[in-house]
This record gives sequence, structure tokens and C-alpha cells, in this order.
Amino acid sequence: MQTRRKFIKISSIGIGATAFAGGMAKWVIGANSPKNVSIGPNSLATLKPVPTYCEVCFWKCAGWSYVDEKGDILKIVGNENDPHCDGRLCPRGTGGIGMYYDEDRLKTPLIREKKSDGTQYFREATWEEALNKVANKMKEVKEKYGPEAFGLFNHGNPGAHFEHLLRAYGSQTNAEPAFANCRGPRTAAYYSTFGADVGSPECTDIRDTQCLVLIGSHIGENMHNSQVQEMSAAIDNKATIITVDPRFSTAAGHSTFWLPIKPSTDIALIMAWIHVLIYDNLYNKEFVEKSTFGFDHIKEHVKTMTPEWAYGITDIEPDVIRKTARAMAGAAPAVVIHPGRHVVWYGDDTQRERAMAILSALLGAWGKRGSIYIPEAVSIPEYPQPEYPETKWNWKDLNEGKFPLATMGVTTELLKASIPRLNYKHQVKAWLVAGTNLPLSMPDKKLFKEAAEAVEFIAVMDTMPMEVTGYADVVFPEATYLERYDFLRSAQNRVPNIALRMPAAKPKYDSKPGWWIGKQIGERLGLHDYYNYNDFSEVIDWQLKKLGSSLEEMEKIGIKSFPRKSGPQYIADGEDYKFNTNTGKVELYSVDFADEGFDPMPVYTPHPEPPQNFYRLIYGRAPMHTFSRTSNNPNLWDLMKENSVWVNPKVADLWGLKNGQKVWLKNQDEAITSFPVSVRVTERIRWDSVYMVHGFGHSDKKLTRAYGMGASDEEMITNIAVDPIMGGTGMRGNFITFLKENPASKMKEDKA
Amino acid sequence: MRYAMAIDTKKCVGCSDCVVACQTENNVPHGYCRDWIVETVSGTYPSLDLEFRSERCNHCDNSPCVRCCPTGASHKVEGGIVLVTHNKCIGCGACIESCPYDARYPHPEGYVDKCTFCIHRVEKGQNPACVSVCPTQCLHFGDLNDPNSDVSLALKDRKWKVLAPEAGTKPQLYFLT
Amino acid sequence: MKEELFASGRNIPNIDPYLNIWHWQIPLYLFLGGLAAGILFFAGFFFVRGKEAKMQATVKWAPILAPIALILGLGALFWDLKHKLYFWQLYTTIRLESPMGWGAWTLMIITPISILWVASYMKEIFPGWDWKFDILNRFEAWIIKNRVGLAWVMMIYSIILGVYTGILLSAFNARPLWNTSILGPLFLVSGFSTGLATTIWISNDAKERKTLSRIDLILIVIELFLIVHLFMGFLAGSQASIEAANLFLGGEFTVSFWIFVVLLGLIFPAVLETLELWGFHVPKWLPPVLILFGGLMFRFIIVEAGQITRYIY
Repeated sequence: MQTRRKFIKISSIGIGATAFAGGMAKWVIGANSPKNVSIGPNSLATLKPVPTYCEVCFWKCAGWSYVDEKGDILKIVGNENDPHCDGRLCPRGTGGIGMYYDEDRLKTPLIREKKSDGTQYFREATWEEALNKVANKMKEVKEKYGPEAFGLFNHGNPGAHFEHLLRAYGSQTNAEPAFANCRGPRTAAYYSTFGADVGSPECTDIRDTQCLVLIGSHIGENMHNSQVQEMSAAIDNKATIITVDPRFSTAAGHSTFWLPIKPSTDIALIMAWIHVLIYDNLYNKEFVEKSTFGFDHIKEHVKTMTPEWAYGITDIEPDVIRKTARAMAGAAPAVVIHPGRHVVWYGDDTQRERAMAILSALLGAWGKRGSIYIPEAVSIPEYPQPEYPETKWNWKDLNEGKFPLATMGVTTELLKASIPRLNYKHQVKAWLVAGTNLPLSMPDKKLFKEAAEAVEFIAVMDTMPMEVTGYADVVFPEATYLERYDFLRSAQNRVPNIALRMPAAKPKYDSKPGWWIGKQIGERLGLHDYYNYNDFSEVIDWQLKKLGSSLEEMEKIGIKSFPRKSGPQYIADGEDYKFNTNTGKVELYSVDFADEGFDPMPVYTPHPEPPQNFYRLIYGRAPMHTFSRTSNNPNLWDLMKENSVWVNPKVADLWGLKNGQKVWLKNQDEAITSFPVSVRVTERIRWDSVYMVHGFGHSDKKLTRAYGMGASDEEMITNIAVDPIMGGTGMRGNFITFLKENPASKMKEDKA
Repeated sequence: MRYAMAIDTKKCVGCSDCVVACQTENNVPHGYCRDWIVETVSGTYPSLDLEFRSERCNHCDNSPCVRCCPTGASHKVEGGIVLVTHNKCIGCGACIESCPYDARYPHPEGYVDKCTFCIHRVEKGQNPACVSVCPTQCLHFGDLNDPNSDVSLALKDRKWKVLAPEAGTKPQLYFLT
Repeated sequence: MKEELFASGRNIPNIDPYLNIWHWQIPLYLFLGGLAAGILFFAGFFFVRGKEAKMQATVKWAPILAPIALILGLGALFWDLKHKLYFWQLYTTIRLESPMGWGAWTLMIITPISILWVASYMKEIFPGWDWKFDILNRFEAWIIKNRVGLAWVMMIYSIILGVYTGILLSAFNARPLWNTSILGPLFLVSGFSTGLATTIWISNDAKERKTLSRIDLILIVIELFLIVHLFMGFLAGSQASIEAANLFLGGEFTVSFWIFVVLLGLIFPAVLETLELWGFHVPKWLPPVLILFGGLMFRFIIVEAGQITRYIY
């Protein structure tokens, strides 16, 4: 079968030469955009502050962009009144100006064309052309297959604009990688236990806690701003910090207890903790009696899950298990069992999250100071528009009965439904993609490639020429967050608040804001009623006026707080609090799970271990990057140009690997990394595992700084352990071995 | 007045925010940095120790760089901050050779550059850019001679160390341990 | 296992992973400075001793090379500056604590002195030389009358120059390899030795060469002695000093130092000079060339190796 869409590797000779020359000029002149000559520091007093909130990651910290008279953005600083950042942006937010100045940005719309000899290439197009092409395709799909057959992969604000377009058009076929490929399991687990999600930002009261338990969570390398700030406050308060991680993470380095657990055995440890709390009578009796359901079940269930039993599985000594359980009990209810963020590891992740939720419940650590507080968000009034049309089927139907407790679209199912040979009942024929770089974020590259080639049409909106743009038929260059209006930010917090994003500078090159692109397509589809405004600032002003503010006011203050309406952030002693579950109580025994045929209480199942000469691949974050989104950002590239593979010294000795040596990685399914990666010989990783930071190994040459730097861990993630409860894609069951020589040259040798 | 900085290694996570903030505040050219993070790992798995330090020019009391400058471009101002006057610097590199902390670098424009404790901000009563941005608030700055300044309070009741004390430079960056 | 690394991607050109601020210009300048110092010292010395007639090359001919060497050296130094347009700032202030400042002013004094010395012999070097201007002729006469005073000044400043080339490096106690007071005397002796070697090379008088060779032999022995003590001091010092010494005792500079500097640059020419003194026939140019080569290599190696050594990281 002829592949419809080949990944276009644009010849970088022309681009490369200019990039090289530009790079050389920069090196000689020492230009740090915007000026060519660096003279002295910026005096913020002479610059104009423009309110915005960051989009380098999803934390959306509010801040001020400082602009000079020429209109150049010189510095971004946090908004002091913002609970997400308390006036201090993280390194990515501070380096956000790099996104604006990156000369590798997408500059014009691109349309895929085919030459007479069959090769495909991108040509620059006008906005008219590109918008018309997408609108026409959407009309075509609607007529031929129904609007539901047009799917969307989305994330963040860009994704939200396209989601609005899609809903108005008549489709709910969308999925965010953030659900099934990241935090999905904890939503299902916490909903079924407490009737509420921890949400984003997580409503963890770390700054007042007396005991913080991190299971795999690597706050500190994971730079979720207020989480890091609150953990620092917890250290000041001398809180006990317990980190469970096979790797000596930064958090482990600052912890009171570090439990160097054997990978994939966390459920055994947590159940043993539960055993200790129950059988040593350390659990919060008042809370358990008053507000939980199923205590007797769980007590019986964990009878044999002793610390000694767990020791044999996890490598954590029994007295350490007991000591840490006692530390938690001593601090209760001011304990935070952190639900984690990226939790799709082994396929039973919803159950592991359930175990964490049960542990929290036994400590009474919900709704109390120092545990989980009750968050509230401002309800933003909806701008007048008709109701979205009904759809015949939506993302849930794609699951075909699987994953009953999924609350959002499952990306892998959306991919599979796009492949005709898999014969899904509901087929997806075309995609919009906004805010996510699918080739680097989706596990199982073969699946993604097949889906991308099978689908009839792909339109991608992005600020940078990320790998996903290589698969598109139409590429829209989006203006960065510093150059556009977007939805008012209203995230859950202790104190409800809203933040304004307004453009600090005009869009560079021929890029346009996401709202404009969505509106242009929508109008071509006759959806004017859903776009009843000329400029998005009108929408924002209307919404702000309804909330008792105005665009004018918000331009001056950036952030506005409102009084809580839903009650206090903590449950009062003796209060009769109704949990939003079937039983109205915290379900230690999950009725939902039992109904769907899943284990109502977590059970430890052993997971496959690495074969001889292979090592488990663990991956994570670096605090100066947001995965592949920032690998090309000039300011952040300065801090970290590439990732490395962490190897234990014993393993390095065995393989004769030296620090800094480049190796290729091969996994259990014979997949090989496209680029070599540097070895870091370090004691910080267990001898049965290796560690890499996710988001490197870019293969798109247009990313002049990031191309070929480091290796992509995603290429090694071919084995997915599917979570039957909500469709999560467990990624940590992949094992790699080292190839010291270039596999490509070895193949040539073999051929010769 | 004696300006100094204290870095709490118990809280620093090595995020490098201080590096980017300094870069955008002071227009530090790409490829160069006035401050940086050093990570130290000691021990054997699983008995390990990890330390992150945010380092920069120590604005030493007994600074070899000021001593060895042939033109007087490297000089100390009130408060002990060591600065370089750009149009007096001839780029001979003596100061770079004399710094035991490798805190100085040759700016592409020819003169030698380094951390200035953001004196342009300190003069207005603000903290240096790195101190203002640090998300863990592990950087403390102020006047050592003022017992109520941020840095004096941070140093009180805490163990601290300086880098390469044997060099005799009397550095003014204190690492709380 | 102990790991220490930059976690923020620091990789400043010419600073990381090893300091490399001073390239070939500085060792060349140190060599030429030492060479000129040696030539000028012995020129003054033998003049004051009244041996002008017997040591013609030393007193008259070799000093021609001194200003050339000094100006070349200054040129190299100027080239090395990264902020060249401001070089004149060097001469707007006297900073007693800065060895570089010492160097700038010393050169500023000794270069004109050496030019004056040579100028005063112009009529003997180039018969028929005419200054053309009366004032210059009178100035020349005045210098010739005061040559002794000039010689003393020259001697003093050439010692300062010779020692300064070593002290310049040893003042940087941030670089463990240079953090030793032996470098000053060592560079002085080495400089004088190279000066003598040059003079020996251009001299046509066998007796003169013999006198100079004897002095040179003593200087070479002193140099070897100082080198031994240099390493003994490092090995008895801090870990950083031991590591600095190890660069030469098994590390990357072992071969180049012991073969090129010590063997070829010191021991072998010493042997040759001894043989010459004992009457064996040795090519006149061989020992001087070896000594000069050794002197140049020595400075190159010390400057490069010194920048590699550091106290932290």
C-alpha cells in the first residue's frame, strides 16, 4: 500500500547554512536577542510591564512581560499576587523569552505538496490558502463521514481554541495525551475513593504539611512551580519527607527518608504501610469511623501484606517500612501522600493510585490543614453562543466498552480508530493537532506512524517546527503566548483567582494567535454564531465585566482574587462532610471498581523484570525544560543541550562504559534510538535500571539547536501496559541494552 | 556595609532559574554565564548524599582579581562588590587566571565580565535577580553588618561553609549546610 | 564514587572544561622577555667590569636583538589583549600589587633603555653611520659618557624583567602549578641562560664563548636544581599541587617536559658545552639552539599546564 504521508525531512542545507552563519554571528557578536550588542543590565524601571501567564508548561504562572520602547520583550517576571508562583517564575518561565526570539520558529503557513516524481515537500502558503484548505476538508469529512470523524489531539490553550472549533463543528472526538499518557489513573482512583480529583494545580497543602510522601514523584526535577515552592517551605518547617524512588532524585536528596525501592513494586510497599497502620492501630480512628466505607474489607485484605512480605518484593527493610508508617501516623492528619503527576507506569496504575488514596484516607489526610485542601476555581461566565450540537458518538465510544472509568479521551484509542485495518466501529478520518508533539509524546511509535499515514488529513498548529508538523498536510504557525490573547486563566486554588494573558508584542513573522485561526476556520464553516466577536479581547472584557472587573483593570493588576463561595478550604472538626461517592463516604472498598469487575481493593501483581543484559528504562524531567517543547529554546538550551543515560558504576564497569561516552540504546523489541546518547556514570541510579530525561533526540532538522541532541526515550517505549480501568498506557515495562558502536555502520558492515 | 549572599544547600534543587534570570536581567550572551549550578554526589548506592550549589563570583574580601588588575578596571565599591569598568579593561586575562573560582569570563565584546551582585538593583533597594527569582527561596542577600538583614538571619544558627577557604580570598558567598 | 559536575550546562568558551585564556602569545612574550633580560644583563655586566673590548658580541652585538625581542614580545602581548583599543589604560596608572602592571611599566622603561644602548654603539656597528641631527649627536655623546650609569640601570631592570616573567605566573595562586615562589628565580635563571645562549651563538670570539659557556653551565645547573625543588615542593603540598605535579610525572606533559625541556633543553646542551670546554669539537650553534628551544618549550608547557590545574571542581 502506498504510504500517503511520509515524514518530510526538509533539506536543511539552505536552512542549515543560514542557521550556521547566524549562529557564528551570534557567537562572535555575542548577541543575546533582542539587541546585537550587550550593554549593561536591563533597568526594569524604564520598561513597560504587560500582564500574561506562562504557557511553557501547564502550570500557567501569571507574570509580567517587560517591554522596551522598541517593542522588544526583555524579561519576564512572576506576578507577586499569583498563588501559582508567588512572584517567582521557574527557569522555563524566566526563559520564556527564548520562545519569542527562537529564529527556528514556524514563520508562514505550510501546505504539503507532491511532486511529479512522488516526493513530498512543504511549500509556503498564504493564510487564505491554508485556512480554506482546512475548512474545505472539514466540510468534506462532515459530508462524507459525519463531523465526528474529525478528531483532535490537544493540550493547553492552543488545544482549547481548536476544541471549541471542533465542538461547534459537531465533534467530541478529542483526546489529550495528558490523560492516558500521564495523569489519568489518579483521576479514576481519587474519584472512586474520595469523589474528587486532585486536579491541577494539585490541591496538596504541602506548605503546611508535617509529612510529605513522594512515591516516584520527583518534585525539584519536576518543576511544578508552587509544588517546588511549597516543598521548600516544608523543608523550612522541618517536615518529614519520605521519598520512594529507585533513583536518588533531587527530592530524595532532600528527604528525611529515601526508600530505594525495586522498580514496579510500589503497590506492595503501600499495602504494607496500610497493614502497619491498621494492625499497629496507628490509623485515624475518628476519620475512618465517621467518614469511610469498607474498613473491615481492607483490614481483611491486607492481613497477609506484612512488612516482611513487602521486604521480599521491594527490597525495603521491614523496620524502615514500620518507621516510615509511624512517621506518617505521627504527623496525621497533616500528611500529604502526593498523588504524583505522570503515573502511567505498569498498567495497574489506577490501583496503585487507589492504594495511595486509601493510605491517605486511613490517615484522615483529606480536607485538613497539611493534607489535601478543598480547592475552588472561579467560574468564568460563558460568552454568548448557541449550545454545541449533539454528536452521534464521541471519544468514549472509541473505547468500544473498554476503560469504563476513563473520564477523558484515550489517545491510543484515537490513534487506533484512525487505522482502517483495525476495524474500529467508529472510524476517525482526519486530525487537528494543537499544543502537543505527538511523535515524541506517544509511546509505540509504530502505532503513531501507521495512524498518521492512514488518516486522510492532518492539520497542525504549533509555534515551532516540531516533529508532528512533519506529518501534517497543513501547518499553521501559531504566535507564542507572549504575542496573543487567550482564555482567562481560572485554575483551582486555595483562593479562587483569575489571570489575564494579553499580547506583549506583535506576532513575529506571519504567525497568528490560536483564537484567530480557530475563528477563521469556524467562519468558513458558517459557525459565526460561535464566534460572535471581532477580537478575542472583546470576549475577555465581556467575561471580566460579568465578574465585576474589566480588561482595563486586569491590564494593570494581572491577577484578581475572589472570596471563596464553596466554604472553607478545610473540613471543620466534627463537620458532617458528604463525599461525592456512591456511598457518600470515602470508599476504602471501591464500589465503582467492584461494579465494573475490577479489584475493589489494590492487589500486588509482579511485573516483568529486565532480561539478562537489559536494564529497565526509567525517565523523568529536568527542571529547566518542558520536555521537547523547550529543547530548542536558546535560553534553556544553554542550560541543558541534551540528555544523558544514567548508568550505575557497577554496570558501567561491566560494559566498559566511560562517563561521556556515546552509546545507542536498543530495547527488548529491537527498536534502536536514532541518535546516540551520552553515558553518565552515577551512583544515583540502581544497577537494574537506567534513567533518561524525556524530550530530547529531536529528528526534525529545522530545530537547529535541538536536532540530534541526546536520544529520545520515547523510541524505546514500544511495550505498552494498558490499564484496563481507564486506558492508561503504562510505559515503564521497557528494557534497554547498550550498543557501543553505531548500529547503522554495523549494518553496512554486515551487508558488506 | 558588607554585601554577601547565603545559599541554602538544603533547599536548592539545581533548577538553574538563577542562571536564566541573570541572563535576561544582565544581557549575558548565550554560551556564557555569570552564575551556575554545581551538583555534588558522594557515596555508594543506596547510601548517598546530594548537594546543589548555586555559585557565582564570591566578591571576595581579599580579592586576587582586584589586586592583579594592571589598569584598575577590576575594583571594589562600597559594600565590597567587585566590579569591572568596561572601558578600563584591556582584556589581558590576568584576573581570569587569578580567580580560584573561575568566576570570570571574557565577554565577546572584549572586556572581562562576571557577576555584579546586580548592583544596579541593589542600589535601588532590590535584591539581585537570582535572589528575586529563586523558587525555593534558597538564596539570601544583604548587608552582613546589619543583624536583621536577610543574609544575617539566614547565617544565624546554621552551619555554613565557603569554597576553597585555603585560597585565602575571604569569599562572601556562604553555603548553608 | 564522587561526582562533581555543572548541572546548569556551563561550558564557557576558553574557561571550561579547562582554562585556556592565554594562548601562545604569552609564552612567546615570556620567552622573548627572558631572552632580552639575559642579553641586556650580561651586556651591562661585562661593560661595568671593563671587558667591553674582550666581549664584543656580549656588549655590542647581542644587544641589537634585545629591543627587537622586546618589541616582538610587546606585539604578541598586544595581540593577546581582548579589548585592544583600551591598551593605553595600562599606562594611566601604577598598581604596585599587579605583576602585569609591573610588566607593563618595566617594559616601558627597559625597551627605550635597550634602544639607547644599541644606539650608542651604532657608529661601531655600522661604520659611517650619521645621526644627521646635531642634537642626536650630542645626545649620543652624553650616553657614551654615562654608559656605566646606563649599564647599571640596565642590569637592574633586566633582573626585574627576568624575575617578573616568573612572578607574573606565581602571583596567580589560583592555579596550583604556578603557586610556588620558585617560578620567579627559575624564570630569571632560564631567561639569563637563553640570553647567554643567543650571545654565544652570534659570537665569533672563542675566548668570549668560553667565558659565557662557563657562566651558562652554572646557570643550567641552578635551573636543574630549581626544577627538582619545584617538584619536591608540589609533591609535599596540597592535593591540588600533587595533581599539578602529576601532570609532569605520568600525565600528559611528562614526555614533552622531560624530553624537550630537561633533556634536550638543559642536560644535553650542558653536556655539549662541557665537552666544548674540554676541547672537543662541537657545532657552535647546537647548544644555543637547544637551549633556546628548551626555554621556549618550557614556557609554553608551564603556561598551558598551569591553566589546566585548578583548586576546585
